[in-house]
Amino acid sequence: MANPEIRVGVDIGGTFTDVALEHPGGMATCKVLTNYAQPEQAILDGIETAVGNAGLAMADIGQVIHGTTLVTNALIERRGAKLAFITTEGFRDVVEMRSENRFEQYDLNLELPKPLVAREHRYTLNERMAAEGSVLKPLDPTELEALVEAVVAGGYDAVAVGLIHAYANPAHERMVEQALRRAMPDLSISLSSVISPQMREFERFNTVIANAYVQPMVAAYLGRLVARLREHGVTAPVFMMHSGGGLISVETAAEQPVRLLESGPAGGAIFAADFARAHRLAKVLSFDMGGTTAKICLIEEGTPKTANTFEVARTYRFKKGSGMPVSTPVVEMVEIGAGGGSIAHVDSMGQVRVGPRSAASEPGPACYQRGGDKPTVTDANLTLGRLDPENFAGGAIPLSGALAWDALQAHLSQETGLEPDAAAFAVTEMVDENMANAARVHTVENGRDIEAFTMIAFGGGAPLHACRLCEKLGIASLIIPPAAGVGSAVGFLKAPFSYEATKGFFQRLDAFDAEAVNHALAALEREALSFVTAAPGSFTTETKMTAMMRYAGQGWEIPVVLPYRPFTPGDTAQLHAAFEESYRTLFGQLIDGLEIEVTNWSVTVASKLPEEPEVSPIFESQDLPANGARSFFDAALRRTVEAAEIERNKLAPGMTVAGPAVVVEDETSTIVTSGYSVTGQNDGSLLLRRKEAVQ
Amino acid sequence: MSAETIDYQIMWSRLIAVVEEQATTLIRTAFSTSVREAGDLSAGLFDLRGRMMAQAVTGTPGHVNAMAESVLHFVEEIGRENVREGDVYLTNDPWLGTGHLHDVTMVTPSFRHGRHIGFFACTAHVVDIGGRGFGPDANDVFEEGLNIPITRFRDAGTISNIVVKFIRANVRAPDAVIGDLHSLEACNAAGDRRLQEMMNEFRIADLEGLSDFIIDTSRKATREPIAELPDGSYDNDMHVDGYDAPVHMKVRLHVEGDRLVADFAGTSGMSGLGVNVPMVYTRAYACYGLKCAIAPEVPNNTGSLEPFEITAPEGCILNARRPAPVSVRHVLGHLVPDVALGALHKCLPNAVPAEGASALWNIQISARPLDQDSGRSGAEMLLFNSGGTGARPSLDGLSATAFPSGVKTMSIEATEHTGPIVVWRKDLREGSGGAGAHRGGLGQTIEIEPREGYEFYFNAMFDRIENPARGRSGGRAGAAGNVALADGTKLRGKGRQKVPEGARLVLSLPGGGGYGNPAERPKEKVRADLTAGYISPEQAKADYGLDDL
Repeated sequence: MANPEIRVGVDIGGTFTDVALEHPGGMATCKVLTNYAQPEQAILDGIETAVGNAGLAMADIGQVIHGTTLVTNALIERRGAKLAFITTEGFRDVVEMRSENRFEQYDLNLELPKPLVAREHRYTLNERMAAEGSVLKPLDPTELEALVEAVVAGGYDAVAVGLIHAYANPAHERMVEQALRRAMPDLSISLSSVISPQMREFERFNTVIANAYVQPMVAAYLGRLVARLREHGVTAPVFMMHSGGGLISVETAAEQPVRLLESGPAGGAIFAADFARAHRLAKVLSFDMGGTTAKICLIEEGTPKTANTFEVARTYRFKKGSGMPVSTPVVEMVEIGAGGGSIAHVDSMGQVRVGPRSAASEPGPACYQRGGDKPTVTDANLTLGRLDPENFAGGAIPLSGALAWDALQAHLSQETGLEPDAAAFAVTEMVDENMANAARVHTVENGRDIEAFTMIAFGGGAPLHACRLCEKLGIASLIIPPAAGVGSAVGFLKAPFSYEATKGFFQRLDAFDAEAVNHALAALEREALSFVTAAPGSFTTETKMTAMMRYAGQGWEIPVVLPYRPFTPGDTAQLHAAFEESYRTLFGQLIDGLEIEVTNWSVTVASKLPEEPEVSPIFESQDLPANGARSFFDAALRRTVEAAEIERNKLAPGMTVAGPAVVVEDETSTIVTSGYSVTGQNDGSLLLRRKEAVQ
Repeated sequence: MSAETIDYQIMWSRLIAVVEEQATTLIRTAFSTSVREAGDLSAGLFDLRGRMMAQAVTGTPGHVNAMAESVLHFVEEIGRENVREGDVYLTNDPWLGTGHLHDVTMVTPSFRHGRHIGFFACTAHVVDIGGRGFGPDANDVFEEGLNIPITRFRDAGTISNIVVKFIRANVRAPDAVIGDLHSLEACNAAGDRRLQEMMNEFRIADLEGLSDFIIDTSRKATREPIAELPDGSYDNDMHVDGYDAPVHMKVRLHVEGDRLVADFAGTSGMSGLGVNVPMVYTRAYACYGLKCAIAPEVPNNTGSLEPFEITAPEGCILNARRPAPVSVRHVLGHLVPDVALGALHKCLPNAVPAEGASALWNIQISARPLDQDSGRSGAEMLLFNSGGTGARPSLDGLSATAFPSGVKTMSIEATEHTGPIVVWRKDLREGSGGAGAHRGGLGQTIEIEPREGYEFYFNAMFDRIENPARGRSGGRAGAAGNVALADGTKLRGKGRQKVPEGARLVLSLPGGGGYGNPAERPKEKVRADLTAGYISPEQAKADYGLDDL
């Protein structure tokens, strides 16, 4: 019988499909290779293995939670539906003209990403809403019928509808939907006023197009997945992780697949947030480093920071502006092209540069002995003694120090005159610098002081780099949680059911219409509640509200969190104060004499998470039998140091070892630099602290 | 290369991150639409001698060299011996800053343990600077607004209330302008905090060694590709619309060893109206264009800019003398790369694009209610729009994309919330890309109407109406621009004009030139262009010889 306490999280990544099975006896995890032809097969294989390891049956599973990178891949690889886009006459090319600038200033041969819908498949209607939602030009039914005929004749799998100012008044989009539905009852139709009802046409149109583009494929995949699970005896409901860090039903996900784009990384952030809550840490920087990219996220008061616009499928060195903007709720992350597989090269100024090109898992770094001959970050780490060649990935991949040395020599030493070990230092120091800069800029953009944060690091590469990153950033303590290799899948199990409903609804505080705002907010709450209360089990919910606000005339709104309750006309003073507090936090100063306005509103309903049992820090001095001696290059000291090697499972709670030290485990190694010490914790985490902070 | 060199490389990367952070701070706090939305700003770090060490990559290459020169003027005017900790200086002088009064440059000396080590500088386009407002109609720079000479904004930490009062009294939006000045200050302060942290981490006491490393490395990396160019002199010229009279731009590139000189002798004389360009701005855009083609990878600093020697005789329209009006110097300035790259093409074939629309089609709109007693308010709006870029030797041009400028456009939905206008159309202008083996980028069509009960005035600052972008190597010209009302009434390309209630302004932005003989364009590409509507059936036949439609 299905047991609600047995839950399984499944994360499909680019290389591996990770499974984490939580059961009363503990946690069983498993990694299988992703199956691109039949992704559901890898899921079944993985779950069966995990269930077997835990001594359970498939039918025992009480809940399946899934996240996947497949939706993002479909956008990157342009594998989607044959799609038509319907928009307002005069705005056919919004998604092609983009922001009219070049994201790289000095490249004369720059190419801009092509829209998902080619121009000949973009249709227009002579209609128009005004900014405040009144009808400037009514929709002509005859013209609409002619357009429906053209769409029928076009043989499209899906249609996206995005009309100007539809977030303010969706009436015309609804009329288009009804007309299409009458002609083609089974057609996949996405409306911008449903998928992303926010001001700014380029972002909204792109979002609705991305949704329609992947909708038929995702719906079919999720249908197959549920059917296969049922065949194998899993009766449990299936939920999906969404980009905003919560769970939605598989049915909602099939209708709004664009909400799934960042589900994997969101799982990672939730994983870190869970440890932040358990360790009672108010300010956390999560750092997730894999083979190709590193991701950084701010977690405050146990909640990952969210945003309502992000960019997917960047086409040019992860550069801002080179991808597709998507406006849906998302855990806000900075992603840079820095991972173990990132390739180093020498630029025209003789400088060592790292990434964003990656050797990925095939052929992989030179030291993998699989035909890769370019020097990567992993090759540099091996050369500097930070990796054990005999014990990488639990000994599954024997590493060749000679090949790493050769690659460094051939591609870096000749041009720079650096010996391969010095070149290796240049590689790791440059990649650490890149990551540190990205983290620093992200905290500055959010008006935060990075030194006040604790870092939580996970993903295969993070434990090697995190301590050096903390040195560069002035961060005094660092947590490396257990099971960090399948962090996202574990994170899925810790996520609340949640739905964020948003609406573009313009209000100047000097003309604030409390009644109209209350009406709009109530509708948003009803919408969000309907998704959350569909979830099984009994739980209480909490409702949060955020207003996107700015000084009148500014082009950039800031999120202002407000208590969720109906407004009275006298509340504008309170709105004013809340805005000023947020503005001062971000920018350090206020501007006198300007009106304040609200552009977008969002209401999030989420199930309340159970209180995490506290993991109190523990430090006891115990004699630790040294496992062995290692030497590695300590970047801050600029020299090789003799370090103790410790097996992670021997580092009992409270045991403290002063750096330099290397903590080894099957999946990775944690480097503890000379400036830090490491202590085992009750939940299996490693806690690294800066030495002077310890004293 | 030594361990010290690795440290210098890391620090160089860090400095670029520091100036980017400086720029981010400014973008996020500025009032000026053009700063926030379009990236019309710059920020950089300078050594004790005023040599630029690092600069943020922003939307405005026009600021690049201009700011690099500007700090030297500050050092000269203030005198190094008079620099005190806590000082902040500013100017908006077009000839000492970045070419027009709307750009304010703020310089903050950086100190370490009481010792002066360098300067931070930043520039932003402020909302208003008095005078006639942002437009080309002034007859001299005095009509264009307040000119702030190089002045102490803070003296050892104390703000100059006199300067603040003078500025407040002379601009239309005093809160926003003073707010922007504080943003500029904060931007330099943010940069300085990061610099000090870096110097702590790397335990260095001054910037001299690092500065030499950055500048020498960059100079060498820029001179190397110049040395590979064949020696000789290469000429080009180009006609553009100008304002009161057409403008003839001439340039001669001299290449000799690792030296490159671009001389604009022979260019038309100054205009009586605000399209004149101060030398700093000409130098910036000429250098930008050449750098893109020759040494695009090298970050901007004194070392990478120095090898491009740009000259123009004083008194020509590209080296305007005081007190010429210069408010919309960006129009001709944006066209400078086209003429410089045309000359470079003769020395470095198959590397540079055809001519493009190049000058932004910025439009400043001032809307007002017809009934002044209605209690309704008017609004000032600034919109940035771009035509097509020239086709490249192996790629089509980019449609409706800024080059050489890097500014962004704004959302129409957001714009309509800021004032009483309706933008009925903003889409690609079909058929406007110049024919070629590689097609020029398309321009765009924009239609704007005042809302019921309103009219608006706009300041036109548009070029390539009489002189379209020419093709290269057999490519044809892009479509010329056009300014009219929907009823067909022709309007002027420059100056203040009215659009009454019920009328609709139609802007047709120029397309980019084509590259290579159109007959060589693969037929499947011509057919694809036809299907998408980028070209008309007539063009497919006449320009590309496609008979089997």
